[in-house]
Amino acid sequence: MKEFDLDDLRGLMKGCAGVDEGVDIDGDILHVPFEQLGYDSLALLEIAHKIEDQMGVIIPDGSVEKMQTPVEIIVYVNSDVLKAS
Amino acid sequence: MSATALREDQAVITGVGVIAPTGFGLGPHWEATLAGRSAIRRITRFDPSVYSCQLAGEAAGFSVEEHLPTRLVTQTDRMTHMALVAADLAIADAGIDLSGLDEFEAAVITANSSGGFEFGQDELQRLWTRGPRSVSAYLSIAWFYAASTGQLSIRHGLRGPCGVVATDQAGGLDAVAAAGRVLADGVRAVITGGTDASLCSWGFVTQIPGGRLSRVADPDRAYLPFDEQASGYVPGEGGAILIVERADHAADRQAAGYGVILGHAATFDPPPWSGHGPRLADAIRLALRDAGLEPGEVDAVFADAAGIPEADEIEAAALREVFGAGQVPVCAPKAMTGRLYAGAGALDIATALLAIANDTLPPTGAAIRPRADHQIDLVTGAPRRAPVGTVLVVARGHGGFNSALLLRGM
Repeated sequence: MKEFDLDDLRGLMKGCAGVDEGVDIDGDILHVPFEQLGYDSLALLEIAHKIEDQMGVIIPDGSVEKMQTPVEIIVYVNSDVLKAS
Repeated sequence: MSATALREDQAVITGVGVIAPTGFGLGPHWEATLAGRSAIRRITRFDPSVYSCQLAGEAAGFSVEEHLPTRLVTQTDRMTHMALVAADLAIADAGIDLSGLDEFEAAVITANSSGGFEFGQDELQRLWTRGPRSVSAYLSIAWFYAASTGQLSIRHGLRGPCGVVATDQAGGLDAVAAAGRVLADGVRAVITGGTDASLCSWGFVTQIPGGRLSRVADPDRAYLPFDEQASGYVPGEGGAILIVERADHAADRQAAGYGVILGHAATFDPPPWSGHGPRLADAIRLALRDAGLEPGEVDAVFADAAGIPEADEIEAAALREVFGAGQVPVCAPKAMTGRLYAGAGALDIATALLAIANDTLPPTGAAIRPRADHQIDLVTGAPRRAPVGTVLVVARGHGGFNSALLLRGM
């Protein structure tokens, strides 16, 4: 499976949920809490669905929505945990 | 009217934001209205050629990207885009600092009747072409009537008694009246009014079978309220958001204010088999009683103007019954915007407030010739200069909703 990186995630964040006022989405956001970036649980649910489409994996409901920062999602998606769809 | 004549909790309208087919902003809308420039055209938003009704009042001058961050645009429908931006206009117009109020002292009460139709349509298409997991998670919060109230409440941090009123086209008046009522409980300011946006193919498919939309193709001849050739109405999108404040709060911060809500009443028509007639006249009389006014004190009526012959007859009869034949000027500038559903009442209030400020009644637009048997003094053709202090706004919703609201200038 191809690697999922920060730029991939950034693209999905912008595409799914847009960008909030005053947020520099193109900056160093790896460890910035999603709450601070303006992405709530619905946004993360949306992003999880798009990751499934893009990466050809199945993400169990409830797993991504609880993640706090972008790095957690990136590590999770790149781990061996996820089944192919 | 001096400030000392107002009750301390009386509702004063201090800010107005308009997004309408006639213009983006209260000023452009008023200017286009006075000029009699109809905004009804063949739909450009989608290809209407397969539909029997192909006209609408589109708010073409509004592009949401210029006004809201993409985060909000992505998770809401056009009706909420309009509500959020119109609210920004109204808040700036009122010069009110909402962050200076306790969060429970301010509220949001809007009206809506179509919900997030276009957002829902897109998601339905995804559901049936790509499956359930392609449906946006945001559909859950974008489509329902209260979406605009919710987003406004979150955006501005307002946690007073919020709500949404869904009474079809009567909603714009009902919501503003509800906003006025919560001021008695210590709420100081309310964002109110309404917007609706149902101009998408799904929206048309739901409206056409009701048989109330005009099938006339000529934009200048399709929506002719009270005219001999009335053939139904044309839908429009948009509306107005108003800031309503307690009179004492407005006075404390020396807000100028456009006008005051004097009274309101709502009634519901009984079923046809009951032997009782429609209750529009009752709503008007109850509103007058609520305001402590006699019919003779009303300077103008902004009519519901359904444009459906039977509905026009009922409205004309109600006006004759309450005011006497031809005794009060009647305006229906909505002939130039189309019927805006939950946005209509609020937009009529906005237009009425400027009519009061300018002692000028707006034309109904187009070349409408009211039927003689209606016996109403309809302002047609050109604006009419007249002393305008107190205005009655009337609105009806499909199914039997009647609403009447009385306004007076400051």
